[in-house]
Amino acid sequence: MAKRIDVSDLDIYYGNFKAVEGVNLSIEPRSITALIGPSGCGKSTFLRSLNRMHEVIPGARVEGKVVIEGQDLYGSDVDPVDVRRQIGMVFQRPNPFPTMSIYDNVAAGLRLNAKKTSKSDMDDLVERSLKGANLWTEVKDRLSRPGSGLSGGQQQRLCIARAIAVQPEVLLMDEPCSALDPISTLAVEDLMMELKEQFTIVIVTHNMQQAARVSETTGFFNLNGVGQPGRLIEYNPTEKIFSNPDEKATEDYISGRFG
Amino acid sequence: MTSTTSAPPAQQPKSRPGDRIFAGIAKGAGVLILVILAGVAVFLISESVPALTASPDEISGDGGLASYIGPLVFGTLLSAVIALLVATPLAVAIALFITFYAPRRLAAGLGYVVDLLAAIPSIVYGFWGIFWLAPRLVPFYRWLEENLGFLPFFVGPVSSTGRTMLTIGLVLAVMILPIVSAISREVFSQVPTLHTEAALALGATRWEMIKMAVIPYGKSGVIGGSMLGLGRALGETMAVAIILSGSAAGITWALISSANPQTIAANIALQFPESTGLAVNTLIASGLALFVITLLVNMLARWVVNRRADFSGAN
Ligand SMILES: Nc1ncnc2c1ncn2[C@@H]1O[C@H](COP(=O)(O)OP(=O)(O)OP(=O)(O)O)[C@@H](O)[C@H]1O
Ligand SMILES: [Mg+2]
Repeated sequence: MAKRIDVSDLDIYYGNFKAVEGVNLSIEPRSITALIGPSGCGKSTFLRSLNRMHEVIPGARVEGKVVIEGQDLYGSDVDPVDVRRQIGMVFQRPNPFPTMSIYDNVAAGLRLNAKKTSKSDMDDLVERSLKGANLWTEVKDRLSRPGSGLSGGQQQRLCIARAIAVQPEVLLMDEPCSALDPISTLAVEDLMMELKEQFTIVIVTHNMQQAARVSETTGFFNLNGVGQPGRLIEYNPTEKIFSNPDEKATEDYISGRFG
Repeated sequence: MTSTTSAPPAQQPKSRPGDRIFAGIAKGAGVLILVILAGVAVFLISESVPALTASPDEISGDGGLASYIGPLVFGTLLSAVIALLVATPLAVAIALFITFYAPRRLAAGLGYVVDLLAAIPSIVYGFWGIFWLAPRLVPFYRWLEENLGFLPFFVGPVSSTGRTMLTIGLVLAVMILPIVSAISREVFSQVPTLHTEAALALGATRWEMIKMAVIPYGKSGVIGGSMLGLGRALGETMAVAIILSGSAAGITWALISSANPQTIAANIALQFPESTGLAVNTLIASGLALFVITLLVNMLARWVVNRRADFSGAN
């Protein structure tokens, strides 16, 4: 299931603007990797390049290599649609489909895979995914109600259920807790700890404690100035980053002596 | 709808002059619309009364008001429904193509051309329908009669001029296409990136994304646009009057023969100049029928749009 990701010499552009430059790193399977760094340094941009969501924006492109378990993601014969089916994504703002019920939201990805699934198999999968996202008990009596009627934290967990329902190899999460209260945040963190048994997880976060709590490895992105591309400054085990980082910039950022 | 916007809150902290003036203007505009609407209704009803109360043999055609207006209502609805059935799928397809598939340059040009169609006066469409479209449709109608003649819509004999109900439906479809597609384009382009990206990130192809996120989100807007188009098709006068002039027949489903029911608006335009006395009242009564039809269509559209308001995506 879970797969390792190797990124080499990755440059990411929006039109002529180079947003991220020269990223090299390896992400271990069945682990949580956290990406931290100041606003605008390209964390989201980098994350979106890992499942080819970056190129959805007009003019956006990527140079360099992203290899998932030996397969070059940007190879000429690779269909981005297949990539996205293998690599799920949870966005910063909860985005359940407003026109769909809770049930249909979870089933949406499964239905895309076009395999004929019987009603009872579908019910099972939906239940399992909602349980996986710690949401089942809260919504099991109103599965046919619209997903947009849930609280923000519930909506985010619904999006996680939708993403894990298709059993992706990798789960990318862009600040999944930034709109959540501390209790929902802890629920999502617990969930990530469970999910990493099966998935490779990459999470972007502004919350240092969160990075320290959940991740095995942390990457620190920074940029030299406005209009400059962001770079991966340091990529090390989380313990080391938070106790004894190699780079001065990392230490400054973590201890709040930044900017 | 419009006139109830300014209910004052139970405890009003401080009312600023700007707010008060704006609320006054908004309320005034809302009331004005209702007054105009009521005025039209009162006029139509009061002028129709003589026709409504007249004895059947006084009405032109000698069959009474119902048998005079009935075929007109039928013709109006039939032509408008054909137009809607043809125009809506086409307009939605055009809007989707422009919003999601066309390269940006082509999209802008295409959008402009479609909008331009709306600016063409309806009399021009009428002439285009008679002189260009109708003759070219005749061979197609012959083919329909030969192959699908067992359906009531395509029974012969085929009109030799091509000035038929189906031609009218197609001309009306072209006329309402720009309205429906402009509104569809507007709502499709307003689908939040959040939702289109959610679909793409699940591994949807572009078409699957459209089915998943765009069409459900835009559906009520498209219905609204179609109803505006339907309104225009129902009320269209000149194009219909030109193409169908002189060929009034009773209620018939035959779409490609030369005997066609007339529409209300075209009939009024054709008959009014030569009418006096009770005949005028009869025409106004048919106008009242058109007014009621339009009202019903709008209420139906509103009901369709509101039925699943929970799921509309507006929250
Ligand atoms: N759609 C876009 N078009 C052009 N430039 C963009 C676009 N999205 C982001 N950028 C630019 O790319 C750079 C990196 O942005 P990105 O969103 O990746 O930052 P981030 O690290 O995720 O920031 P935050 O922590 O605030 O979310 C920024 O300079 C930003 O202005
Ligand atoms: Mg970001």
